Amino acid sequence: MTPEALTGGFADAPVQAARAFRAALDALSRPGVIHTVAGATPPAPLSVAAGVLLLTLADATTPVHLAGDHDCPALRDWITFHTGAPLVDAPSAAFAIGRWGALAPLSRFAIGTPDYPDRSATLIVEVDDLSATGAHLAGPGIKDHAHLSLPEVAAFRANRALFPQGCDFYLTCADRLAGLPRSTIVEAC
Amino acid sequence: MTDQAYNFAYLDEQTKRMIRRAILKGVAVPGYQVPFASREMPMPYGWGTGGVQVTSACLMPEDCLKVIDQGADDTTNAVSIRKFFQRTAGVQVTEATAEASVIQTRHRIPETPLREGQILVYQVPIPEPLRFLEPRETETRKMHELEEYGLMHVKLYEDIARHGQIATSYAYPVKVEGRYVMDPSPIPKFDNPKLSDNAALQLFGAGREQRIYALPPYTQVVSLDFDDHPFEAGKAPHDCDLCGAGESYLDEVIVDDAGGRMFVCSDTDFCASRQAVGHRGRLSPEEV
Repeated sequence: MTPEALTGGFADAPVQAARAFRAALDALSRPGVIHTVAGATPPAPLSVAAGVLLLTLADATTPVHLAGDHDCPALRDWITFHTGAPLVDAPSAAFAIGRWGALAPLSRFAIGTPDYPDRSATLIVEVDDLSATGAHLAGPGIKDHAHLSLPEVAAFRANRALFPQGCDFYLTCADRLAGLPRSTIVEAC
Repeated sequence: MTDQAYNFAYLDEQTKRMIRRAILKGVAVPGYQVPFASREMPMPYGWGTGGVQVTSACLMPEDCLKVIDQGADDTTNAVSIRKFFQRTAGVQVTEATAEASVIQTRHRIPETPLREGQILVYQVPIPEPLRFLEPRETETRKMHELEEYGLMHVKLYEDIARHGQIATSYAYPVKVEGRYVMDPSPIPKFDNPKLSDNAALQLFGAGREQRIYALPPYTQVVSLDFDDHPFEAGKAPHDCDLCGAGESYLDEVIVDDAGGRMFVCSDTDFCASRQAVGHRGRLSPEEV
C-alpha cells in the first residue's frame, strides 16, 4: 500500500457524509437533477463524486466491484483503507464502479429477488459529460418529464422492465452526480 | 457537555450508512418496505424510534427541523424529539412548516403544502398494511411479491357490508404507482390525497418493525376503493373554532361536563399563523 492511499478521505466524516448523502438522496429521488459534492480526493481514475459516494455509502458490509480501468492497485488500496469494503466480482457486488463500457453487460449484476427487490446492486457510472439534456425521463420523482445525458437508452429501458427488481444508477462526472433509480421510465429523445 | 460525546445526530457512522442505503433502495422502489437493522434508541418503541433513525441519517448541520405529533408542535413527543436533535445535531428548529427543511411527523401531513427539497419523515408503528389480515411475514411478503392484494379489498368490502360504507378512517391503505399496497402510517384518511403528487420527499421509518419505505416527490398514490364506493377524504363537518378555517383537519375538544365541545385545527402552526393574520373562529377570545 502506498502512502497516497491513506489520503483523500473525509476530514470531518459525520458532517461531510451527511451533506453528501443529502445530495445523493435528492439526486436519486429527483432523477435529472444534478448535484455537486465535495470532500473526497480519490486517486485516478475515480472521480471526486464517485469517491464521495463510496465514502458515504460503502463499508465492510457492502462488497464493491471495480470494472475495467478502475480495477487498479491505487484504487483498490484507497477503497480498502477508507471504507473496508471487500472487493469482489460483479455478481456479488452491492456497488459497482466503472465506465459504462466496462460495466456492461448489466445482466452480471444483482437485481434483487421478487420478494426482496432491495437486494440489488447500485452502479456508479463514470461519464465524460453530465448534463440535463438528452434522454427523456418520466416516473416517480419527476414532475412532468426530465432529461439526462445517459450513455445509452436500451439498457435502462430493459432495467425498467424488470421493476420492481433491477439495478439503480448514479452517474458521476468530476465533482457532479445524478441519480437514476430503476423506477424511471427512459425514452430516447 | 455530555452531548459532545455523541456523534453528529446521535447515531454512529456505520449505522447511518446502513440506514442511508436502506433509504436509497426505498426511494428506488416506491412503497416497498426495505428491511433495516433498527437500533435501540433512547426512547421507547412507539415514540418514534423509526422516524428518529431516519431523521438522524438525513440531517445535516444546515437543516431546519420541525417535529409534529398529531399536527401539534407543542406536545411531549414533538418537544422531546426536537430537543434531542437540537442537542445532538445542533440544527436549527422551527414550528413553521414553510421554514423547515426536514419535518418529522407522527400521524399528520401539515396543512401548508410542502415544497421541493423538503423531507417529511413519518413515524410508523405497523408498516405492513396486510399485517392484521395475515399475521405471517412469510405470507405477506409473498403477497407483495405476487401483487396479491385481494385480501385488502375483502376487508374494505366487509366494511361496506357491515357499516354501509368504508369505515376505515385512518391508516387507509394506498397503492403506489400501481404496484405496492402501502400503509401510509396512521394519518387520517383526510390526509391521503396529500400523499400523491407531493413536491416533498416522504420517508417512512418503523423502528420496532425494522422497515423503511419511501415516496419520492410527485409519486402517484391512490387510495384503494370501489367504483360504487369511491374514496372520500372525511373530516368533522365544522369550521375551526379558533381560526375559522373550513378546509383543515379538526380535533374535537371536550370543554366542560355538560356536552360542550369545540373543534380546532389539528395543525397548530397552520391555526396559529391564520390567527396571526386576523382570522377568527366561533370561540376566539374577544379582542382587548
